[in-house]
Amino acid sequence: MNFGFSEEQDTIRETLARMLGDHATLKSAHNRLDGADGFDTATWSVLADGGWLGLAISEAEGGAGMGAVELAILAEEIGRSLAAVPYLPALCMAVPALQSAGTQDQRTSLLPGIAKGRTIIATALAEGGGLAPDTVSAKVVQDRLSGQKAPVTFGAEATHALVAATDEEGTPRLYLADLSGSGVTIGALDPIDRTRPAARIDFDNAPVELLPGSDPAAIRRLLDGAAVLAAFEQIGLAERALALTTDYAGERHAFGRAIGGFQAVKHRLADMFAKIELARSNAFFGAWALASGDSRLPEAAAVARLTALDAVQFATEESIQLHGGIGFTWAADPHLFLRRGWQLKAELGTAAIWRERLLGHLATPLRAAS
Amino acid sequence: MDFSDSPEEATFRSDARSWLDANATLRDGSEKAQDHFMARDADEVARARDWQARKAEAGWAGLTWPRAFGGRDATPIEQVIWNQEEGRYAVPPNAFLIGIGLVGPTVMMHGTEAQKAAVLPRALTGEDIWCQLFSEPAAGSDLAGIRTRARRDGDDWVISGQKVWTSGAHYSSHGILLARTDPQVPKHKGLTMFLVDMSDPAIETRPIRQISGGASFNEVFIDDLRVPDSARLGGESEGWKVALTTLMNERFSISVGRASGGARAEELIALATRVERNGRPAIEDGEVRSRIADFVARQRGLEFTSYRVMTSLSRGEAPGEESSIGKLLLGKLRQEMGAFGMELAGTAAGISVKAGDDTARWRNEYLTAPGNRIAGGSDEIQRTIIGERILGLPPDIRVDKSAPFSEL
Repeated sequence: MNFGFSEEQDTIRETLARMLGDHATLKSAHNRLDGADGFDTATWSVLADGGWLGLAISEAEGGAGMGAVELAILAEEIGRSLAAVPYLPALCMAVPALQSAGTQDQRTSLLPGIAKGRTIIATALAEGGGLAPDTVSAKVVQDRLSGQKAPVTFGAEATHALVAATDEEGTPRLYLADLSGSGVTIGALDPIDRTRPAARIDFDNAPVELLPGSDPAAIRRLLDGAAVLAAFEQIGLAERALALTTDYAGERHAFGRAIGGFQAVKHRLADMFAKIELARSNAFFGAWALASGDSRLPEAAAVARLTALDAVQFATEESIQLHGGIGFTWAADPHLFLRRGWQLKAELGTAAIWRERLLGHLATPLRAAS
Repeated sequence: MDFSDSPEEATFRSDARSWLDANATLRDGSEKAQDHFMARDADEVARARDWQARKAEAGWAGLTWPRAFGGRDATPIEQVIWNQEEGRYAVPPNAFLIGIGLVGPTVMMHGTEAQKAAVLPRALTGEDIWCQLFSEPAAGSDLAGIRTRARRDGDDWVISGQKVWTSGAHYSSHGILLARTDPQVPKHKGLTMFLVDMSDPAIETRPIRQISGGASFNEVFIDDLRVPDSARLGGESEGWKVALTTLMNERFSISVGRASGGARAEELIALATRVERNGRPAIEDGEVRSRIADFVARQRGLEFTSYRVMTSLSRGEAPGEESSIGKLLLGKLRQEMGAFGMELAGTAAGISVKAGDDTARWRNEYLTAPGNRIAGGSDEIQRTIIGERILGLPPDIRVDKSAPFSEL
């Protein structure tokens, strides 16, 4: 058993941390909150040029051929920097979906473009508060999709979307839609985090292409993998929120000393740390289960997501509290992390959904009320 | 990142399993709940000694000790593997955790050759059982504030004072005792460590009953105990340094122990499937499902946290930042799970209403959990340690740190 990173993986992390620290600054996040473009195309280009967008794409298809653990490292550093890039939907969901359920043609035509940053595939699994495959009302009839998907993260910025819809037998499947094609109307939504733009997409007889290997089980696996990788992003952002609050508590003086010296503050920061590390331990197991194809992935993903959700909410709320009045201001940094935390909660579903997924595996699924 | 056994670990596991198969019987669920640490009576102590002797003879005792001292040079991960495998069998409680886990490594680091020869082999085989005479009525979290005095008398030391919360003292043959030898210097500086014989008539041990009803710890009265200078472990006035070695190994032993054993959150699923809430199976109740899911998530997180610690240790690194959180989160989780189990099993007051129901088991879990939150550094102390040593926050104000102990 080896529950840590290799030296190569540590090097990857250092390189990414430096690069993202230089390009995706908190100042740029504030600018986006104030109305600048919600998509940080400059950072996305830097990631593309460095070969990072093809991290988990095979070398034959224009990528670097690495695995889930490296993706997890990228996710954590994206979380730490709050970079406004469609990393989660495009690289952690669309790419593995194409790899596991797509045709050779689909992979050949799309993956190289994804690695270069030219093709951006949004993932449209949500309809209101529910998630596919359990909540799907969009329908495909004779390769034409009709229905509404929302929220779709980076839906307005993407070139394509991977859409969950039922086939003619009523089974939820995944379809690929060209968002510049006919029958597609995209409307911007007002997300809590404007560094992660969201859209509503209306499909009206839009031409789509089936991913033949996709079925409800494949959609669940996709969500499990995304939940694990999102947990790393959540941990990265929670850890940054803790770090900036710890710094503040060391600088801010009251009653004759730095406030971090008072146990009421010190112990709260310790609790933040403990929740983050607990989440990280679960995320580690999730990353291993995802990378190795272990059958315990559904449980691993659920526990990783549940503890990550808890850590983020606690760390970001208490970060505002411990900053005092300044923490409540628009100009200060703490709310940037709170907003990203909620956005990540919205994208893959709340704790209520994941508790039920966990119990569904460990006990029996809850019967619908009769 | 690899969760599976390495080839060496797989061999270790299968060797362990073969030996256990030949020497013990698998648990069948009828065994009494036990905490794998405290023996309850003389009979259990005798059975524990016998089991320890057999393990030692076959090379399965003191696994992480160096071979030079009779150990196996095993990695911390192999120790966890052993604990996992041994936990499947009906074996007596391990009364040797303090001797092997705490005292042994401390003697290896600070002891004389004569002390190593006297202490280590007998601790390994279970002939000697050790207890840790550290805490006192007026010094627990603030351990350096102890008042038990050791005074020079010719070539001997004469020790008097009172210790408390001493687990297993009532059946221990020996103790590792921290005493104040110089009150004229600040509190951390005037301490010295001793190895003492618990059968000396100058030591009186009185068991203390816990809220769970059991009595696994004691108060220990020491009245003019005379020991030779050869019983001193480490230098005079260097007791704090020696104590830190013991405490570091205590945290390590707790970390290894935590990766195996204990009540599982999944047991609450089994319970909720058998009992009803609001006229329906409890497992169909939304609140029940939600609470259990959170318990499972937290418990898995703690389990995987200990694997992270084991990984660091097995790579020869100091345990990372993660090692401090297990102790902080475990007690509270057990307390909440115990309370929830009581509510599910019977009434909110934990009264058993039907013979054979699970109430007693969860009540016991609930009433022992507070011990986890206090022993080995309370939750509050753990938070201060995390805040100051890991996050680097300014230290608490400690007004007694530099004044001579005699002036406090």
